[in-house]
Amino acid sequence: MNFQIAVLLGQDGVTNGAIYALLALSIILVFTVTRILLIPLGEFVTFGALTMASFQAGEPTALMWVLLGLTLLDSALDAWAMRERGFDTRKLQIIGLKLGYAAGLVILMHSLTLDQIPMFAQALLTMLLLVPIGPVMYRIFFQPIASAQPLVLLIVSIAVHVAMVGVGLLLFGPEGARTQPFTDTALSLGPVMLKSQTLWVILVSIILIVSLFLAFERTLYGKALRATAVNRMGARLMGISPDFAGKATFALAAFIGVSSGILIAPITTLYFDSGFIISLKGFVGAIIGGLVSYPVAAIGAVAVGMVEAFSMFWASAYKEIIVFTLIIPFLLWRSLTSHHVEDDE
Amino acid sequence: MKSLNFQLSNIQSRSILVVFLLLVAFAPMIMPVYQITLMNYIGLYALVVLGLVLLTGVGGMTSFGQAAFVGLGSYTSAYLTATQQLPSWLEWASGSPWLALLAGLILTGLVALLLGAMTLRLSGHYLPLGTIAWGISIYYLFGTLSSLGGHSGISGLPAIELFGLTLDKGEKIFYLIWVVLLAAIWLVQNLLNSREGRAIRALKGGQLMAESMGVNTFRSKLVAFVISALLAAISGWLYAHNQRFVNPSPFGLTMGIDYLFMALIGGISSVWGALLGAGVLTMMKQWLQDWLPVLFGSDGQYDHIVFGLLIVFMMQRSPGGLWPILMKWAPVAFKPKRDLLAGTDASPELARRTLPNSGDLILEARNVTRKFGGLVANNEMSLQVHAGEILALIGPNGAGKSTMFNQLSAVDTPTSGEVLFQGKSLSGSNSREVAKMGMSRTFQHVKLLPTMTVLENVAIGAHLRGENGVVRSSLHMERLQEGSLLKEAARQLERVGLGDYLNEEAGSLALGQQRILEIARALCADPCLLLLDEPAAGLRYLEKQALAELLTRLRGEGMAILLVEHDMDFVMGLVDRIVVMEFGQKIAEGLPEEIQTNPAVLEAYLGGAD
Repeated sequence: MNFQIAVLLGQDGVTNGAIYALLALSIILVFTVTRILLIPLGEFVTFGALTMASFQAGEPTALMWVLLGLTLLDSALDAWAMRERGFDTRKLQIIGLKLGYAAGLVILMHSLTLDQIPMFAQALLTMLLLVPIGPVMYRIFFQPIASAQPLVLLIVSIAVHVAMVGVGLLLFGPEGARTQPFTDTALSLGPVMLKSQTLWVILVSIILIVSLFLAFERTLYGKALRATAVNRMGARLMGISPDFAGKATFALAAFIGVSSGILIAPITTLYFDSGFIISLKGFVGAIIGGLVSYPVAAIGAVAVGMVEAFSMFWASAYKEIIVFTLIIPFLLWRSLTSHHVEDDE
Repeated sequence: MKSLNFQLSNIQSRSILVVFLLLVAFAPMIMPVYQITLMNYIGLYALVVLGLVLLTGVGGMTSFGQAAFVGLGSYTSAYLTATQQLPSWLEWASGSPWLALLAGLILTGLVALLLGAMTLRLSGHYLPLGTIAWGISIYYLFGTLSSLGGHSGISGLPAIELFGLTLDKGEKIFYLIWVVLLAAIWLVQNLLNSREGRAIRALKGGQLMAESMGVNTFRSKLVAFVISALLAAISGWLYAHNQRFVNPSPFGLTMGIDYLFMALIGGISSVWGALLGAGVLTMMKQWLQDWLPVLFGSDGQYDHIVFGLLIVFMMQRSPGGLWPILMKWAPVAFKPKRDLLAGTDASPELARRTLPNSGDLILEARNVTRKFGGLVANNEMSLQVHAGEILALIGPNGAGKSTMFNQLSAVDTPTSGEVLFQGKSLSGSNSREVAKMGMSRTFQHVKLLPTMTVLENVAIGAHLRGENGVVRSSLHMERLQEGSLLKEAARQLERVGLGDYLNEEAGSLALGQQRILEIARALCADPCLLLLDEPAAGLRYLEKQALAELLTRLRGEGMAILLVEHDMDFVMGLVDRIVVMEFGQKIAEGLPEEIQTNPAVLEAYLGGAD
């Protein structure tokens, strides 16, 4: 291996690592607030990438119908809950708003020439379509069992993932897709060529991580979510709704997942079922951080990206094996250092 | 004592089993080939799911990696029977599926031991994530190793030969698959109704309790894990020789998830739920794959969407799966009865420990100090318990009694000072070793297994008094000793006054009775020292009287008893000596009458006696 190859591999490693770091952060975020291991996060990544790709191919995606259907179900559940708890004008307004939003998106999608609009608008539209699916997913699948055992939550999480992969195949077909890069320029730094998309990925990841940090440290809602993460019951007694906290974190996680998808779509060809492996690598990072520590998770995730990139060079066939076997010592270390009594589950 | 006979199921539920077996036996003669193929798959899947019932449903360890073990069984056999030039050290197994099965089981057993030793120590979420990790690694390994044919796999496997018959058709291997499956169900059920099985059943929610009854919970976990891996490997071996070729795709994580879904849908805590789940999922999958594409157009994995949503719905509405629902609807006469009565009169009595002489020093704490960071929970605590004596440890809330209790029972280790039990220091011992030495305890917050019967719960206490292992238990070769264990458990239950509740679910007892049950369980271990943590809490007046009588009788037999208690009436009338704690320190020690007039004690309890 010479210097140039090392730089090339390092670039790949950092790019992937940055994405894994983003995913690891949202996994920890969701886990601490809701105790759910968000396996379907990977589907937000692939859905994001594939939706962008279908926009660029000029095909409207059937995703809007999925969103509309889920919103209808969500509204029906809310209306049903209202039947028990009594009539509430404000809730009715919210239901109306949600339905209006979904219907509006359907109309918008039909009136736009999708492959003609600028890439930024395409990305925005992808966000508008996919991010609301996060909170709706929480409402329909997780909220009814929010207080169940963690393992039940994990199983539901995997079940939702399995269903979403099936939906992904229906929506996007079995072919893989790649999108156009954000910009075409390449930057040369001495003998080293930097791909512009690499810079985009790193830049956006850093912006996202910093703004997440600021949101959590400086805003009231961020503090409320953190409070829920530390002590659910206590937060509830202080008037923080656990339902709201769940939906908000799912929205954030969906946002981060979709952003990651849009970011890597120009670099890697993604298929409808690529999401699982991607989110699992985020999990590897999150686990290295003990499912609690954001900075350690971020470092761990970048390390995963690096290991992956360099094992591509030395033992490409064994890439996944190396990455997933590496996690086991960390799991061991984590569960030996974290003391908790199994009986209290 | 009650009439002692052993009866697992009554006539009706047995007749259902017979009808089922006859149906299976004649199926190949009346069913079309296509249905037989489906039945074969159901049998193969059910074998894997049976392992998951044992591991996840009973043992509480969630695994997504079972498909990898199926793959190990398949690939070992495929490699050994269909590779032209085997390395010389493997030539002995060449060509024979039966030798390959043996090799596959050995390999799978070793891999499971290794993976289990690493991942079964994982707590909470980490275990399922760990199984996903090695599940993926092993799957990729199958596709990567060139000697295993890469992604195209290995073809040309021979058919299994049995008694001169070549099982080369679906309807022939059918019998082998179903005989193996039913045998496995029988073995697993036998195991669960034994000493080892009770230890495995205690893993879900009762590990701390089981350890203090002398169960090596890690070993029990490993046993369940290895058995489930071996069942998966056998399924893989049958699969490979039924298909006659293997490739990596059926051994991936998707299939691992499917196996878990089958177990969850069928009912993860019942061996028959395994069969039900495998059947329902396989038939539904077939049906969905046939019909949904016709309705909605092709190239969709509709079955995945439906199964995913079905599991979500199931977890929200009926987390126990279909089998419990089926049992609820079944007419009473057809429900399997699990009256597991206590051995026979002929069962030999268990050997008993010789109790120390009355007055001998049994337990001694010497200047025990326990600090949590800056907090000193126990400061220079000393106390002594003698054989034939009841010592009470009392004190206001937060005085450090529970911490002291943990030091004495070797659950925790003192920061300084030491605890001596029968003259031996407990430093470095765990609660399992202490149980073996003759110390037995109850818990402040009752720890029993609510879905097991009262008798079975108490029999866990006798764990160390039996020694039959997994193999003998599975084959029911340990019935004589099992009878003795259950008889002993029944004897202790009679003794504490719960003789009428032997076959009730432990969770259905009142709190007071549950506390008494814990005492019976502790007595079942044949201890020389009883540590009781608030035994009278939640008891009614008459129950307290009965408990006091029992403890007095035990004292008369030479037992040493230490109890932590809040109920002063109960303590004052019963115990020989009292140690009073406040703020982690001993403030008084003496006879009940002395303590009642001790100014320091009055100050601690009543806040100053002016």
